[in-house]
Amino acid sequence: MKNRKLALAGLLGAGLLVAACGTSGSSSTAAAPGGQGFTPPKLDALAQLGQPEGQVNVLAWPGYAENGSNDPAVDWVTGFEKETGCKVNVKAFGTSDEAVSLMKTGQYDVISASGDASLRLIASGDVEPVNTALVPNYADVFDFLKNRPWNSVNNVSYGVPHGWGANLLTWRTDKVNPAPTSWSVMFDANSPYKGKITAYDSPIYIADAALYLQTHKPELGIKNPYALDDKQFQAAVDLLKQQRPMVAEYWSDYLKESQALKSGDAVVGTAWQVTVNLTKSEGAPVESVLPSEGATGWSDTWMVGAKSPHKTCSYKWLNHIVSPKANAQVAEYFGESPSNPKACAETKNKAHCETFHAGDAAYASKIQYWTTPIAQCLDGRTDVKCKDYGEWTRAWTEIKG
Amino acid sequence: MTTTLDSPRRKTSAFLYRKPRLRLGLLLSAPMLWLGLAYLGALAALFVTAFWSTDVFTGQVVTEWSLNNFVTLFSDAVYRTITFRTVGIAALVTVVTAIIAFPMAFYMAKFASPRARRLLVIAVMTPLWASYLVKAYAWRTMLSGNGVLHWLLNPFGLDTPGYGVLATVITLSYLWLPYMILPIYAGLERLPNSLVDASGDLGARPFRTFRSVVLPVTFPAVVAGSIFTFSLSLGDYIAVKIVGGTSQMLGNVVYDNIGAANNLPFAATVATVPVVIMLAYLAAVRRTGALDNL
Repeated sequence: MKNRKLALAGLLGAGLLVAACGTSGSSSTAAAPGGQGFTPPKLDALAQLGQPEGQVNVLAWPGYAENGSNDPAVDWVTGFEKETGCKVNVKAFGTSDEAVSLMKTGQYDVISASGDASLRLIASGDVEPVNTALVPNYADVFDFLKNRPWNSVNNVSYGVPHGWGANLLTWRTDKVNPAPTSWSVMFDANSPYKGKITAYDSPIYIADAALYLQTHKPELGIKNPYALDDKQFQAAVDLLKQQRPMVAEYWSDYLKESQALKSGDAVVGTAWQVTVNLTKSEGAPVESVLPSEGATGWSDTWMVGAKSPHKTCSYKWLNHIVSPKANAQVAEYFGESPSNPKACAETKNKAHCETFHAGDAAYASKIQYWTTPIAQCLDGRTDVKCKDYGEWTRAWTEIKG
Repeated sequence: MTTTLDSPRRKTSAFLYRKPRLRLGLLLSAPMLWLGLAYLGALAALFVTAFWSTDVFTGQVVTEWSLNNFVTLFSDAVYRTITFRTVGIAALVTVVTAIIAFPMAFYMAKFASPRARRLLVIAVMTPLWASYLVKAYAWRTMLSGNGVLHWLLNPFGLDTPGYGVLATVITLSYLWLPYMILPIYAGLERLPNSLVDASGDLGARPFRTFRSVVLPVTFPAVVAGSIFTFSLSLGDYIAVKIVGGTSQMLGNVVYDNIGAANNLPFAATVATVPVVIMLAYLAAVRRTGALDNL
């Protein structure tokens, strides 16, 4: 016992010594501040289509490029292959970060990137601007999804909007009364649902706290939950630390959350529409709402790899995946809002677009889409430094304790 | 016959016969390559990576030497908390499995008929044939607020512990139990019955025999089992994700730094912690002779 204490003291002492010596920070960010926080490498969009190259390597979220191999009934790839002569090789990824590192290999022609990956891909020169004139179906895409901060830089489009959804406030209707309309049921220290709360397990969830503070602590001056300076960031972290003892568990797998809602281990939390639908279909009384403060969410973009040798096939894929039929199939299979209004006529479930609020710009504007936090403040402030994603990750570990 | 004697194969074997060191070298080259390159090489690479950093925005690894990662590891209180929690869980799991495993192994080695013994060994092994995930999720369902445990314990005024550290200990104990039973069983089998008889003849009561004869002889086997349960718990991150509620272990920090933050260097830094703990543990148990039992 004595020896162990001694060893421990030695370990701590060594740690302090190392800390006292200090080391230089060496975070070199290639991108310099520009109109939108950074200037991407100079790359040109494709000027015109050529002959299809025979194949296209697709990097996609699971469920975004189904070719019938998982379920013969779910296939929007085979038809495309026959029509264009471009063979589609699909690689699915599990997280945005995995997608970013796979894209760096240069082996993929197109990628379905969420907002927390797209800026990183643009900044590192892994994807190039997209000439939307070569994508006929782009004209149909909802205007409110085009040229947003996560799919364009200085009004240059870097891809085709694919689909979007919100991280909704979800609750068990039989256990939570009255029906909540504000995130305060999850963040207020006196919430009656203490210990029955479930929250998203990712550093990006800090933005949810920031969004709440935007309304409830206006003196912090938060304008964009992904652009937080020291003080704002600390406030969000403190709020989450206060929330932690009230949380039953954090979820990263939507099936796990659905099960917790079904069993009643969690009665209120943040969830995706697809989770709500799934839980409801299995008989649990759950409901969801976009609360008064708004919500965070995702909006995905199909992008073209800068080193791609299959540009023509890539553009054909971009055009195909936002075509009414394919867009409807993906949106329905994955459980999200399509980006093409014409897709609403093609869905099997006619209520799909209504359930997912497709085309509801007012609804969509309440959503703060996931964006990679970077040191240059995304809300345009230049007098302060914002916290980057690395610091968000460290803070997230600290919050969970 | 002369042709066979002079055949290349014959020559080679004769040559090797004269060079015992070369013979040994060739024999060991494959396992040594595996150990040296794939195993220790990977560990060395891990250790080197721990001194690098990443460009947080583009995610590229920056190969500049710095102690920043270790500074963070030692200066942030949260990593200490997580390390102590992880070691605590691993120690508890080890104790729980040892307490459950010992009587089981004792019965198997000393009382069961050969046929029953074989059946019991198979029974102990069967859970290892099922997927880890299925078993962990099964515990998630059982530990749930309206699960089996709640239903069983409620009449006695108790309740399920819910998701958290305790649930993690229960689940991990279940998962690693076979790794504790089998070494103890092997150790007990080697304990000669005559020793137990002699102890009885000398007037020792059963408990005294157990304390003075059985336990000292089988202690190395228990320690051998504990190496498995301790190290497996130390590195686990899945069970705690499924039944751990909000708590996290070292493995989760490693996982989050790779999966979410794309910060491989810091993940490597955190991963050195269980390696160091395990080395210390092995050094401590070396004296018990447990390593000869593996």
